[in-house]
Amino acid sequence: MTAIRDSKVFAIFVLVLVLIVVWYVGAVLLNWGVVTDRFSRDGATHSLTDIVLTTLSYTRPVLPAPHQVAVDLWNTTLTLAPSNKRSLLYHAWITLSATLLGFVMGTVLGVVLALFIVLNQAASRSLMPWIIASQTVPILAVAPVIVVLTYNVLTGQNAVAQLLHLDADAAQLISKAVIATYLSFFPVVVGMVKGLRSPETIQLDLMRTYNATTTQTVWLLRWPTAVPFLFASMKVAVAASLVGAIVAELPTGAVSGLGARLLIGSYNGQMVQIWSVLLLSAILAGLLVLAVGIVERLVVARMGARPA
Amino acid sequence: MSRLERILAIAAALFAVLAIALPLGIRGDAVVMSWTGVLSVAWPVLVLLLLALFTLKLPPLVSGLLAVAGGAVVLFELAQFDSAGWGYWALLATAWLVAWLFAERLSARLASGAERRRWLGMLVPTMFGLAVLVAWEAGTRGGNVPNVLLPAPSVIWARIVANLPILAADFQQTFLKAVLAGYAIGNGVGLLVAIAIDRSPFLKRGLLPIGSFVSALPLVGIAPIMVMWFGFDWPSKAAVVVLMTFFPMLVNAVAGLNVTVAMERDLMRSYASSYWQTLFKLRLPAAAPFIFNALKINSTLALIGAIVAEFFGTPVVGMGFRISTAVGRMDIDLVWAEIAVSALAGSVFYGVVALIERAVTFWHPSIRGGTT
Repeated sequence: MTAIRDSKVFAIFVLVLVLIVVWYVGAVLLNWGVVTDRFSRDGATHSLTDIVLTTLSYTRPVLPAPHQVAVDLWNTTLTLAPSNKRSLLYHAWITLSATLLGFVMGTVLGVVLALFIVLNQAASRSLMPWIIASQTVPILAVAPVIVVLTYNVLTGQNAVAQLLHLDADAAQLISKAVIATYLSFFPVVVGMVKGLRSPETIQLDLMRTYNATTTQTVWLLRWPTAVPFLFASMKVAVAASLVGAIVAELPTGAVSGLGARLLIGSYNGQMVQIWSVLLLSAILAGLLVLAVGIVERLVVARMGARPA
Repeated sequence: MSRLERILAIAAALFAVLAIALPLGIRGDAVVMSWTGVLSVAWPVLVLLLLALFTLKLPPLVSGLLAVAGGAVVLFELAQFDSAGWGYWALLATAWLVAWLFAERLSARLASGAERRRWLGMLVPTMFGLAVLVAWEAGTRGGNVPNVLLPAPSVIWARIVANLPILAADFQQTFLKAVLAGYAIGNGVGLLVAIAIDRSPFLKRGLLPIGSFVSALPLVGIAPIMVMWFGFDWPSKAAVVVLMTFFPMLVNAVAGLNVTVAMERDLMRSYASSYWQTLFKLRLPAAAPFIFNALKINSTLALIGAIVAEFFGTPVVGMGFRISTAVGRMDIDLVWAEIAVSALAGSVFYGVVALIERAVTFWHPSIRGGTT
């Protein structure tokens, strides 16, 4: 019994339950005003239970109750075909594709930069301060601008556009992925620089005594030691990438994607819709981090690590 | 002289020859060659001479000066033609390569200990920043890139100077009101909650994973809800900032409060110190590096939260408002001016927090070692 009570899962479970209860209480309290206001206009008297029940099922609530969000999420995901434009899964896929593309580009860029930084003194000195400074720039806040600009470059009258010949959808996807890339490369660079530098001097010296080339040292020593760092930073990067893709969809005239649903919901005052989009993006973030974790376990096992 | 340095020097010499030989650009109907101006031919010749005379043994600082002069020539030549030719790009490439050579040589000397003046290390990133700016200016103006796509730094700077009152009003609305208020409340509450739940192992076990999960969520999405709840003015933006900064602070502070080891706590016990004395004299100071880590992360998050929240409705002032309306009017210069202001604000905010961190956690190895 104490084993259960002391376990992490039990603690999380209880706290999530508490949060849901707090949410319900909050829904009753926050919707109280609008509901009593409407009831007083009817003129008829209503009992306390009546008011409380209405606060939890009001169609335009200040704060929707958890079950309303859950029902809306259920209706917009599982009851509709994923190709239906009203299905949230369709919009989630639009966002997810930009997220994944940006994540892959960000990871590759991050690894390449990290290799460059670790192998070249001058690069380390000139790039590292700027890479750190690049993250103090609130680029996420200006993401929509970057998206519009990238889109214009990719579809406009210029050499790049003529070279690539992209249609509007692909250009939109890439322009969103650029933001996701910008957000996700940073954790990878920082983690990989640390990881690639983690072999001890004695190990590097051993490689020297074997007369190993730089490529061999990287591939046989530095890279394997950096893999755990890579996965730790990829978990951060994939979550950042999702945030980037969602924000990139905000005021860019995008009509599909989770960010666009969020904006449309906010213009129409559809609280329930906003919350179900938020919940879905939370689920998505969790699944993405989980997926990276699973790949990590497979790769690490394949590389011969024993379970700790 | 390493192999890479030799390659860089040879490439720089090649590009210098190209810069002299190829046309710099076209002005009206006439082709502008490098020998039409004194500077455009003098600098590449100087590069060639120096590389040849000293057989690649320039002191690093001389190559630095050479690179800076090259940047100046690159910018000066912009006025000499209407559209750039291959010679101009070769000139730009030469300047870049000389700058790289400088960075390479100086960092090699710093790494080997031959150069004692450590502050010289600052020159390398500065040179990189300057090189990027020069390339940006030369690329946009020389290549006649339309302003709608990417304005030149000089154009952005002119816009900032011309629109100072608007930028100042936006800065006041977004940064001084929403960001600072939200940042103070979010971090303060996060720290207090961390101290509160620190007393309960059960809450710590449960809240930490939830907290780290929530900090990974796209919390900015909460912005439209906050705008509906707290209205269009800055309190709704501050509320978004509070939510975004709360969880990183909570997670970091709880982790920080746990770093003291049993021996240190036992010492406090043997002094018969109370819970609060232990907290203020031992555990909070020990947690300071973690708390400052959260403060640094949050300095960027706060600015992001406030600007993004303004996309969902504002009074007619604020950086986010200005950015979204300027994009609508394709007034890209103004957008970049706002980006520059927000970048400056973000970096200064981060820098101030980092400076306070150095002063407060002076005892920490990462600061004592003189790195970071």
